[in-house]
Amino acid sequence: MSEHSSHSAASHEHGFAHPMPVPMLLAVFASLIFFTILTVVLNGAVPDFLELPVAMLIATIKALLVMLFFMHMVHDKLFNVFAFLSSVIFLGLFIISTLVDTGVNQPAIKEYRLTTPLVAPVQK
Amino acid sequence: MSTATADLAGGHAADGHGAHGHSADGHGADPHGHAHHPFHAHHFDSLEQQFDSGKLGTWLFLVTEILFFSGLFVAYVIYRTTHPEIFEWGHVHLNKYLGAINTAVLIFSSLTMAWAVRAAQLGQKKLLVTMLWITFACAGAFLVVKYFEYSHKFHLGLLPAGMFNPVMAEPVAGHDATGHGDAHAAGGHATGHAADSHDVIHGPPPPPGAGIFFSIYYAMTGLHAIHILGGMALIAWLAVRASKGHFGPTYFGPVDYVGLYWHLVDLIWIYLFPLLYLIH
Repeated sequence: MSEHSSHSAASHEHGFAHPMPVPMLLAVFASLIFFTILTVVLNGAVPDFLELPVAMLIATIKALLVMLFFMHMVHDKLFNVFAFLSSVIFLGLFIISTLVDTGVNQPAIKEYRLTTPLVAPVQK
Repeated sequence: MSTATADLAGGHAADGHGAHGHSADGHGADPHGHAHHPFHAHHFDSLEQQFDSGKLGTWLFLVTEILFFSGLFVAYVIYRTTHPEIFEWGHVHLNKYLGAINTAVLIFSSLTMAWAVRAAQLGQKKLLVTMLWITFACAGAFLVVKYFEYSHKFHLGLLPAGMFNPVMAEPVAGHDATGHGDAHAAGGHATGHAADSHDVIHGPPPPPGAGIFFSIYYAMTGLHAIHILGGMALIAWLAVRASKGHFGPTYFGPVDYVGLYWHLVDLIWIYLFPLLYLIH
């Protein structure tokens, strides 16, 4: 409780708010627009195998900018940050397990398709 | 009950000093005799505790939103890895410049939303109302662009699997009308003049299962668009409340929470744009 109070006292001018400075908001906006233009320009300009990794890297930089500054994560409680990041971890788990499953089973599915004659759907 | 809560709140250092300059905030200074802020719910010790609770709830809601969308991202991953050819064929029919414009519109709306939160925290009522309505207008602009994109695809028969029926140009048709306008008759435009080249699809025929790309496209962008609509309703609600002077340095939670939601909608679009429009 005392920690709570001293925290509030330290920033009593705006209560418990942490207003983001306008220049910072504008700088984040300018960076986001820059990265959007960059990703469109790089589309088709980088080797095919780099296309997706580069696009995802730029998207992740943009996402981090939005989360840290527009969503105020820099000033937020660590618990809230962990709660939110847990969903990202789960998303990663879902995608990795999907890729592993596809990698393991897809060759077998393809082989089955090639070796098994197609059966026409039953006409009623 | 209310007296007890007020005593608790009054004993809290954060609310003890009346230096906020917010008329409804000062304990005992309220002309209606209320011992607390009009939006201070009785079950919270302080406005700060109320804000923190709401914020945690909002973050947890956003967690469910990410998990909600993750199902669609996983569907995307499955089809992109097993059938890359349908993505290579399908993405050609998405206009990456319209997608980029919409990305910029959403980023700008995120800026105005973040600015609105700042205005609420500083008690700048006029600026807050202005920023909220600008955000609302950007959301509307995003949907208008989306409407034109969707209607163009519907027109070309680029529909989800099951309804997928692309209006292909005849392979022998030239790029413009040179007396062979009838070649475009397959597109349903047998009216003498050659069909506009935008009314039919040129290029290679779709690979089997190409409709699945559009199923994924409509599911992901459609669910996102529903979130934009929900966001617009929330932002309009905030703007009405803001114009009544509800928000200030000690009570800005709703603006902050809707802001978080709005930034998440932007965040999802930041990934959807390259995944759907920028395939090569």
